[in-house]
Amino acid sequence: MKSVPLGVFIIMALAAPAFGQMLQAAEGVTARDTPLDAGSSITLTWQPSPDEAGRKVQVLAYEVWRATRAAGEYERLGEVESGKENYEFTDEEAENGVEYFYKVRARGERMSTDAAPAGPVKATAEWFHPDRLNMLVASVVLAAFVLYFISQARAGKELFIRRIAGLEAVQEAVGRATEMGKPVLYVPGIADIDDIQTIAAVTILGRVATMIAEYDAALLVPCSRSLVMSTAQEVVKEAYLEAGRPDAYRRENVRYLTDDQFGYVAGVDGIMLREKPAANFYLGTFYAESLILAETGHSVGAIQIAGTAMPSQLPFFIAACDYTLIGEELFAASAYLSREPRLLGSLVGQDLGKVIILISIIVGVVTAFLAQFGFELFGRSIALEQLFVVK
Amino acid sequence: MRREIPMIVAFVAGVTIILEFFVPALRDVASQIQKWYLVVIAFAILVGAFNLLRINYMKIRYRRADWPYSFALIAGLFAMAIIGIGWGIKEGTVFDWLFNYLIFPMSSTVFALLAFFVASAAYRAFRARTVDATLLLVAAVVVMLGQVPIGSAWVPAWWPDSLVFLTPDWLKDRIMNIFNTAGQRAILIGASLGVVSTSLRILLGIERSYLGEE
Amino acid sequence: MKFVRWLADIDRRIIFLVIAVAVVIPLLLPLGMRVKVTPQTESIYEEVENLPPGSNVLVAFDYDPAAAPEVHPMALAFLRHCFTKKHKVIIMALWPQGAQMAVSALAEVGKEYDLEYGRDYVNLGYKPGGDIVIKSLGASLGEVFPKDMAGEPTAGLAILAKVRNLKDIDLVMDLSAGDPGIPAWVRVANALYQRKVAGGCTAVSAPQFFPYLQTGQLVGLLGGLKGAAEYESVLAYAGKASRRMDAQSIAHLVIIVFIIFANISYFILRRQREEKREGPRTGPAASP
Repeated sequence: MKSVPLGVFIIMALAAPAFGQMLQAAEGVTARDTPLDAGSSITLTWQPSPDEAGRKVQVLAYEVWRATRAAGEYERLGEVESGKENYEFTDEEAENGVEYFYKVRARGERMSTDAAPAGPVKATAEWFHPDRLNMLVASVVLAAFVLYFISQARAGKELFIRRIAGLEAVQEAVGRATEMGKPVLYVPGIADIDDIQTIAAVTILGRVATMIAEYDAALLVPCSRSLVMSTAQEVVKEAYLEAGRPDAYRRENVRYLTDDQFGYVAGVDGIMLREKPAANFYLGTFYAESLILAETGHSVGAIQIAGTAMPSQLPFFIAACDYTLIGEELFAASAYLSREPRLLGSLVGQDLGKVIILISIIVGVVTAFLAQFGFELFGRSIALEQLFVVK
Repeated sequence: MRREIPMIVAFVAGVTIILEFFVPALRDVASQIQKWYLVVIAFAILVGAFNLLRINYMKIRYRRADWPYSFALIAGLFAMAIIGIGWGIKEGTVFDWLFNYLIFPMSSTVFALLAFFVASAAYRAFRARTVDATLLLVAAVVVMLGQVPIGSAWVPAWWPDSLVFLTPDWLKDRIMNIFNTAGQRAILIGASLGVVSTSLRILLGIERSYLGEE
Repeated sequence: MKFVRWLADIDRRIIFLVIAVAVVIPLLLPLGMRVKVTPQTESIYEEVENLPPGSNVLVAFDYDPAAAPEVHPMALAFLRHCFTKKHKVIIMALWPQGAQMAVSALAEVGKEYDLEYGRDYVNLGYKPGGDIVIKSLGASLGEVFPKDMAGEPTAGLAILAKVRNLKDIDLVMDLSAGDPGIPAWVRVANALYQRKVAGGCTAVSAPQFFPYLQTGQLVGLLGGLKGAAEYESVLAYAGKASRRMDAQSIAHLVIIVFIIFANISYFILRRQREEKREGPRTGPAASP
């Protein structure tokens, strides 16, 4: 009777190719709550089925199935194509706090094999992102500086502010326009109101408009964003009111041209050539249009004052304008013009922030330099760069 | 209330978006706020269009100077809108044709003015008046040469490696990657600090100029 | 002397005329000079080259026709590279006219490949909002773009079945002429979602993005016509950018010549002024 099992074995061995060999399951399936997120997400990882490497049986894809009980009814969530060294799948539709089990099914041409279920696992929302602690500390410290100096300035403490040449010229430019009976053109950049440079430009517009209202000159503000236009209208109206000249305010002089960059340039250039303004202000965010505006302004003989924190446009403004506010000077300008404590205070706070950044840069460079030569501190390499990594 | 409500909205929305960076659990709230922003910003386009129409309509009505231009503007605005909405904007439509053969060349022309203005500005500005101006002048010439193939075309194949620092290409890379980048970075840091403090002032309602208030 | 004074204060229209001639002639009679490929171009090429076929590449068309002469050749070269490598291309625009620019780029490049809309590429169209749009993409692509540019629902598209949000994107390429543009993508897609971001921009704005290159926040940068010509060169074809580079070469030379003239006239006039002030250094002494 010994021959019977042997016979069965032989039959099985012969039959095996016809049925296809057993497909081996995916290996090392893990399911865990996706870290540092708002919950409702579980991440699965696994390694390929050994058959993928052996190529005996082709693995087409891995399907991911989910259930709330290990032996429960599984639903198919999706699949990942084969051919990778490591696999990852994120279930973005998990309910927070519910226990789930996951099965990864290796699918071949004729058969599929499930790996053992992974789980239970729950999706949770995290309340703090520890990798971003450095950013939080930096933000809080900077905010504290700014707020501290604002309160100091409000309490009447004298804060020193450096003279900014471009701003001394504002009055001169407005005065010149008044004498010549020509308008002042104010271009608040081409970015929208959510750009801080635009906000700075609009703040300065408020001061300049007050001055213009007092001198009784005309002010033209062409805008390339409708929200900038409505804000500028409010600001200019308020400025005329403050100067006691609400009657002189012309709403249609603060107008929208177009969002299109060079359409806007063509529009502003047209205004310059027709109205021949005596003073042009270009303050805010500028791109390639900076020089086209400034050269046209130069050709009509206007006094030109520019200011931007767009480094690539600074050379153009410096070459073609009479005065240029560089980078932060744009932000400092509103404080300088108004001498408002809240603005002066935040400027000083900002400067202190800059000092700290400078010190960090120096410390970072020195420690990184020393670490090159194997210096150690407390048994660790003293390169502090890890402290500054943002994740 | 006209002032308070926008300030409260600015505070709540701004603080939530900032906090979400540190508190992942706030993601859904933050993304709701962002969706609202996308809806509101879409309406902003209408605000601009209405202003444009109003001002130019007044100009035509009262026959102010250059009113025919205003007429052309309004005609163009409606023509593009009607053609785009009526017949679609896909490839091969009238809108696509107008875009390719009118808007495209006209916009490019305005941008192309830059080439001429760069030349005239360079002619005026790059004069060796002082040491600073001379440095600027030399750097500009080296970068201009290094930027284009012709700048290094004169360098023969046998040029020794030890003298590579005399080629415009090499010098341009150093000027751009070291001096330029260092300066850019300094301005970037300064401007970013300005962003942080202005944002803070807006969130806390210290800065209200964006509401039209001094 | 009259000539020197004329030269020092030359009518700018003469400069314009000479520049026009210097640009037009090489466009008509190309010299065929080869550009040297810089590392920042090379690295974008490598990035696309090393992605496994079928990777998801997001291309943002954040420019308008004005910047097209510089930026459009980049778009053409980059799309060609992606389609050759069989990557899936998802196109969107933060600029109103960007989506239309993508239409013309696809019209030109698309016919060279066997592509199916919705499977190999999709044009999602324009969405206003800059940073916030990108941030919302981090949560869900389908919610930000429920419809594509042609107004068809995006829900059923095969290409988007695998791309749920920004995290499924393997590479972002932002072709931008201004704002919103590269800084927005770096701030949000790279800093917040750790996506690889590459950029292409006008030559004027390129220098300001160099810091991002050094920190690795940008994997590469195509700067202006030269960047486009370099990309064409690594892909081994001579497109529009390569041909236009000759014109740029000559124009640069002409500007340099102008600068030299300006300085010569400046020095001659300055010396003349100084001589006048000091009086003649030689000559007979005044005698009674």
